[in-house]
Amino acid sequence: MTGYKLILPALAIPLLGSIGIALCNRHANLREAVTLVTSVLLFICVASLLPAVLAGARPQAQLLEPLPGLPIAFEVEPLGMLFALVASGLWIVNSIYSIGYMRGNKEAHQTRFYVCFALALASVIGIAFAANLITLFLFYEALTLVTYPLVTHHGTAEAKRGGRVYLALLLGTSMLFLLPAIVFTWHVAGTTDFRPGGILPAQLAPATLAVLLALFMFGIGKAALMPFHRWLPAAMVAPTPVSALLHAVAVVKAGVFSAVKIVVYVFGLDQLAGSTDWLIGISGFTIIAASIVALNADNLKRRLAYSTVSQLSYVIMATALLTPLSVMGAAIHLAVHAFGKITLFFAAGAIYTVAHKTEVSQLNGIGRRMPWTMSAFALGALSLIGIPPAAGFLSKWIALSSAMEGVQVFVLAVLIVSTLLNAAYFLPIVHAAFFREPDDANDAHCHGEAPWSMVLALVLTGGMTIALFFFSDSLLQLVKQLVAAS
Amino acid sequence: MSIALHLPALQVVIPLVSAPLAVLVRRADAAFLIVTAASWAAFATAIALWLGTGDGATISYAIGNWQPPWGIEYRVDRLSSFVLLIVSGMAAITLPYSRTSIEREIPHEQHYLFYAMFALCLTGLLGITITGDAFNIFVFLEISSLSSYVLIALGRDRRALMASYQYLVMGTIGATFIVIGIGLLYLMTGTLNLADMAGRLAQVGGTRPVLAALAFLTVGISLKLALYPLHQWLANAYTYAPSAVSAFLAATATKVSIYVLIRFYYSVFGESLVFEKLPLPEIMLLLSLAAMFAASAVAIFQHDLKRLFAYSSVAQIGYITLGLSFDSVTGLTASIVHLFNHAVTKGALFLLIGGAVAAVGGATLSRLSGLARVMPLTSFGIVLGGLSLIGVPGTAGFISKWYLILAALEKGQWWLAIAIVASSLLAVAYVWRFVEVAYFREPSADLATRREAPLGLLVPAWILVSTTLYFGLETSVTVGSAANAAAMLLGIGK
Repeated sequence: MTGYKLILPALAIPLLGSIGIALCNRHANLREAVTLVTSVLLFICVASLLPAVLAGARPQAQLLEPLPGLPIAFEVEPLGMLFALVASGLWIVNSIYSIGYMRGNKEAHQTRFYVCFALALASVIGIAFAANLITLFLFYEALTLVTYPLVTHHGTAEAKRGGRVYLALLLGTSMLFLLPAIVFTWHVAGTTDFRPGGILPAQLAPATLAVLLALFMFGIGKAALMPFHRWLPAAMVAPTPVSALLHAVAVVKAGVFSAVKIVVYVFGLDQLAGSTDWLIGISGFTIIAASIVALNADNLKRRLAYSTVSQLSYVIMATALLTPLSVMGAAIHLAVHAFGKITLFFAAGAIYTVAHKTEVSQLNGIGRRMPWTMSAFALGALSLIGIPPAAGFLSKWIALSSAMEGVQVFVLAVLIVSTLLNAAYFLPIVHAAFFREPDDANDAHCHGEAPWSMVLALVLTGGMTIALFFFSDSLLQLVKQLVAAS
Repeated sequence: MSIALHLPALQVVIPLVSAPLAVLVRRADAAFLIVTAASWAAFATAIALWLGTGDGATISYAIGNWQPPWGIEYRVDRLSSFVLLIVSGMAAITLPYSRTSIEREIPHEQHYLFYAMFALCLTGLLGITITGDAFNIFVFLEISSLSSYVLIALGRDRRALMASYQYLVMGTIGATFIVIGIGLLYLMTGTLNLADMAGRLAQVGGTRPVLAALAFLTVGISLKLALYPLHQWLANAYTYAPSAVSAFLAATATKVSIYVLIRFYYSVFGESLVFEKLPLPEIMLLLSLAAMFAASAVAIFQHDLKRLFAYSSVAQIGYITLGLSFDSVTGLTASIVHLFNHAVTKGALFLLIGGAVAAVGGATLSRLSGLARVMPLTSFGIVLGGLSLIGVPGTAGFISKWYLILAALEKGQWWLAIAIVASSLLAVAYVWRFVEVAYFREPSADLATRREAPLGLLVPAWILVSTTLYFGLETSVTVGSAANAAAMLLGIGK
């Protein structure tokens, strides 16, 4: 029964919140208050599911049955719990940040912005708690559609172009590959439920299995596996809070989350053995290629976007190794990358708001004016490179040890090279911000830190990348359950 | 004698009687009330009949108590009651809408004639669906066709006359082919009752006249259902007809023709003759694919929103005939359920566009620039309807697409599954043309002074939009009926 008491409210809270936000259209303060209250309520609701899940329970709920045998059903398992916690927790921080950003930049259509954000979170919760492929697909497509108005928020020709790429790639891949894969799964397995150990019949030919895996992995365009990664940099035309929560956390994590979930609960690690070499290859290529593009990108948000593309493929590659340890690493990376990357985006948005600077080459000496912002940036960067005591070290360590375990030379090489590349595209920014003289010392456009709400948000997330390193117990406990179950 | 026994006759008689009554009263208000009441009564009758066939029963009714096969038999089974439900339901929703919408489109003194014609058209469509007599099908087909030519010609744009004339020529060719086909069948079997005919065809099936009859009927009905490439009449007819007429015809006329095709194929000629001995499935598969891709591609490049969605209809009809070509329970289920889903979706879209046309004066995309700013509810409804055409999960269109893909995979045809989803991407392209025009452009000075459509237009349209969403999540009525009907037609699980 806990399922119905908590899962359905977790879906309903952001939905009702979006209605509340829309009703407060004319009262900006009230509207932002509704957003904050909704996000806090959602987090409390999601967090109160955690004890039960840690104790081994799997709360369930069921809504409707659109097709016979294919209900819209929810079940909270460890991976979904982790994803929902991360997304709903960061929504609170992001809402605080958005208030500063949207007001600081005098953005238009702010009500639409907050409404779509709440709807996006409802879709994310639906994805995280989905008990079968059909429910996952329903909310996956909903997430694409409700984030489209956010990507095209500015309504300019550039935003429209970005929106086209966004839709074409996300809807295109999900319809062309993911939907046929789901229907095929239903056709051969007679169910689309997520079950530990997988649901596909054992007698499936290896070739069919490989095609199906490819359809699923490329079908989940949100995981940004090359060559279907272009939507992510295109989405950077959105306001920074959107890039931060959705395109560093919610949407992209929905992608890799779905990929991990399908590998673990639809295929099963044992059944896939031996048929994921190509996936390791492609994800390895994505990691390196995207890092090189990031290295050459001068636009800060573009560099962060390509860094995300590369980091997402860590999750895919770790999953494709198919050992319990590597899947654990994938799950942990899903969480720690979220905290690191959102900090970096918050910093980029703060710089844009007060200094109107968007390029890396303009950031000389900015750390002296914005010490809090750039310190948090440095923490986030350390986490993504994987240097202790930042949380990114955890996942990198686990990924490295699982590669050593299986003597995967290619994986090992990719991890080492990409770590160097990560350092090469992040550290110069930190160095320039703190140790270079400003280009024009007597800049007429004198500025200090960003509005307090933005600074508060990025300090919080920056601090969390460190805190997560020292207090990783329940995180580890949760992901251990994930692999124990399968 | 309880009245329930006469429901099959009342289904046709009530709207039929309302037509002359509307002419006799000669007043727009009174005519509106009579015809609307008749359409609601017809809808209630259809629901009662649908419930009556729930256990797979077939209701047979002898008109004038002349027993079949000599008299005319009305025959209601799971399939026909489902189509009756679609037709009468759409009429019950478009008629209240038409009261507001025709104010601007048709001179007031002609309103009673409009209602009379609408009632006749409804009568014809219901009659085609309910009758179990081949010649009676032709008679009702003519009633519905002639009245729809008049309805289309009532459009405000003078090009409506041309569109109506074009439809008249094509429709008459189609009707002629159909009557030749029925004549040949009569020649070979000596009966006009469909059930009786099916029994007698077993002895003469495969002879040349029967094959000729099949060919004439296939081509004739395909003209009426706008199977690619026989769809030329459709775009102009939908574009220039009055809004309420576009919506009603788009939702029902082609659907009833598809019903007739299914009826002749499965209940008269029999599955084995049509789908196993002849290369009809292959031909139908190719034409369906051509419709799905060519018509969608044409839709992308239209400048008029009504015309855009008219071509989209041709493409969506391709989905329905594609389902038929599989000749499997799943494929047939997909076709029948898409009859309903597409009717509701297209009905909603044309009703909403009607609201925009009433405010803006036309449906060309350039005039609709910035529509979302001025008419947010209309625009958002069009987007939701568009999502159902694309087949986004949570909308009715997704349900149809699911069964179509499943049917393709059951036949082991991967490439067809990919083709189905690829063509739905073309739908994304044409739906997003509207999105970008309505949401990303500034409204013109003229449009900026307009307001959201009146409630008389919005409420019926949004009832259909909600129906589209509802039947995307809860499908026991639609999929349940379609699966039963498909199993019955294929003689499985009877």
